[in-house]
Amino acid sequence: MELKDKLISSFLAFEEACDVDSDIHNLRCEAIKEFETMGFPSKKQEAWKYTSLNSVLKYDYSVFPKKEDAIEYRDIKKYLIHDIDTYNLIFIDGIFSSHLSQTTHDKIDVCLMSSAMAKPKYKGIIDQYFNKIVSKENGFNSLNTAFAREGAFIHIPKNIAANKPVQIINFATGNESALMIQPRNLIVVEENAQIQIIERHQSLTDHPVLTNSVTEIFAAKRATVDYYKIQNDRPSASLIDNTFIDQKDDSNCSMHTFSFGGKLTRNNLNFYQRGEHIDSTLKGITIIEDKQHVDHNTLVHHIFPNCESHQDYKGIFAEKSTGVFNGKIVVEKEAQKINAFQSNNNILLDDSATINSKPQLEIFADDVKCSHGCTIGQLDEDSLFYLRSRGIPLKEAKALLMYAFANNVLESVKIPEIKKRITHQIALKLGVSLGFDL
Amino acid sequence: MLKIKDLHATIEDKEILKGINLEINAGEVHAIMGPNGSGKSTLSSVIAGKEEFEMTQGEIVFEGEDLTELDPEERAHRGIFLSFQYPVEIPGVSVTNFMKASINAHRKSQGQDDMPANEMLKLIREKSELLEIDRKFLSRSLNQGFSGGEKKRNEIFQMAMLNPKLAILDETDSGLDIDALKVVAKGVNKLRSADNAVLLITHYQRLLDYIIPDVVHVMVDGQIVKSGGKELAHELEERGYDWLRPENAI
Ligand SMILES: Nc1ncnc2c1ncn2[C@@H]1O[C@H](COP(=O)(O)OP(=O)(O)OP(=O)(O)O)[C@@H](O)[C@H]1O
Ligand SMILES: [Mg+2]
Repeated sequence: MELKDKLISSFLAFEEACDVDSDIHNLRCEAIKEFETMGFPSKKQEAWKYTSLNSVLKYDYSVFPKKEDAIEYRDIKKYLIHDIDTYNLIFIDGIFSSHLSQTTHDKIDVCLMSSAMAKPKYKGIIDQYFNKIVSKENGFNSLNTAFAREGAFIHIPKNIAANKPVQIINFATGNESALMIQPRNLIVVEENAQIQIIERHQSLTDHPVLTNSVTEIFAAKRATVDYYKIQNDRPSASLIDNTFIDQKDDSNCSMHTFSFGGKLTRNNLNFYQRGEHIDSTLKGITIIEDKQHVDHNTLVHHIFPNCESHQDYKGIFAEKSTGVFNGKIVVEKEAQKINAFQSNNNILLDDSATINSKPQLEIFADDVKCSHGCTIGQLDEDSLFYLRSRGIPLKEAKALLMYAFANNVLESVKIPEIKKRITHQIALKLGVSLGFDL
Repeated sequence: MLKIKDLHATIEDKEILKGINLEINAGEVHAIMGPNGSGKSTLSSVIAGKEEFEMTQGEIVFEGEDLTELDPEERAHRGIFLSFQYPVEIPGVSVTNFMKASINAHRKSQGQDDMPANEMLKLIREKSELLEIDRKFLSRSLNQGFSGGEKKRNEIFQMAMLNPKLAILDETDSGLDIDALKVVAKGVNKLRSADNAVLLITHYQRLLDYIIPDVVHVMVDGQIVKSGGKELAHELEERGYDWLRPENAI
């Protein structure tokens, strides 16, 4: 059976375990119909022109994994930022693991979507925010909504800065020969509140995994959200990440995406600026090789005046890897005095690597500063010679230049441990010791 | 120390070096002067191992070893240092980290472990003081936004850190004010010993007042057309190069 048909028929079984009388379930039912009509995106659609899903959709994924709790902290410790104190929401094959997680309801809520959906206390928030900004542009979003049941639920009330970051980590154990997971996260940050979030998807074996994740983030007036996605999965795991961020006046949201692994990764990242004096930051470092594919599809929608957006994506592509950057900026007619900056710089290490980079600017206002630039190049020969003349061997010299190339993206990372981990990861990726601590 | 015999080098099939002969012994300072485009930087790049240039004839022997097949980094490990006429800007790597990478790469090639952090710090402090380099400078990206003079001073700082056997200084004096020139000269003179040698490329005899050469060579159109003592530099300053061009030679 095709994956699409399998999913549609699985929905009936899924319903049996749901509260079918809830409002959410109505949304699910609508969503499965949408998915039935739309199906999965195909290369015929402009937005998916350079990303073929054939190699990902061909597996017979199981949709309802058996409950399996055999994972111990020591098995997963290395995937966590463990040298600082954090709240942890850990999911194993899509199922929440209470013994590996650390949740809270003290001043802030860091807990599970399933329990938030079930408790009357959260009904107000769910009604107000759930599924309000998810686009229906591709079937993945509707599919996720249809099966929405588990994921992270984070609520930071007015004037509160969360006392520590939250890590949301989805592990796939490989107990199933092929597994599809659909996390659904809702993050509501009220007026003048602050939160830092780290998200990761990690497969523990080489069995195929497909994750279709949807995250909605609401940043109210003067709220600050710093979000870090660490994508360094095994070559058998693919990720379709759909993230929607709604910002109000004077809010500040940043998203850093570090893509170092996985088979196919598609990041659909959407920022909606619904207020004035908003700052949005979208940054990414991609370093991949060997038939890996990373596609960044960003949208920044400037709806109100006096706002800024900063996009800076760096990519390094080795042997046969492929990258896509599709950055869309829309500035509405009323959105005057916008400063929208976008840059996408790429290094191809090999003739067999490719990158397709396309900015898309739709600007209807006239008083707008909008700059965008895209470069695709190789490492600079004169720089290499300079480094080598100082005794730095070719391989290290290349690595040093690549590190230097990607480095400025890290400047805006606010959690030092992440910066450390990522720089270390970059050095590992480049396969060298650079002779100094990164 | 360095023996260059009948060296010919081309780039994109254009011959730039047309039979260079040069011998530099340990303890000596040589200067090369010559008009723009005569091949001085090309010669220094070829000695340092730049691959864009093709050596078509001749040989370069350093301490008894033929350099032809060696990579630039291997030549550096053997003690050859080139102070660039146009140092490259590397955004994203600090001067300090660059120096650590360089020193530790040298040590690794000698089978040694990384230099302990405190030793490294001490060395950096000592050499930056010698060259009167501000500490803030060391955490800036390598050469990025450095003024012309700062770049040159930074090159000599690197030289002082690496303590090479043969230092080739390609127009390190160009763009330096008189105070900076003295500082750079101090750095170079500090390096001089019976075991080291320096090859200075310059357009101005001014530098040679501070770093006194044993031999001055004149390079014209890819060849060394005349060699002499330090008084030759004065003569060049007065007479220019025209009298030395092959077509004018008697
Ligand atoms: N990469 C290159 N491609 C083509 N020609 C080159 C290249 N590098 C050098 N040349 C040519 O080789 C010749 C010698 O250049 P070189 O830089 O060695 O001169 P120079 O003596 O150092 O001059 P200056 O005093 O101006 O520094 C010049 O004609 C120059 O144009
Ligand atoms: Mg020159």
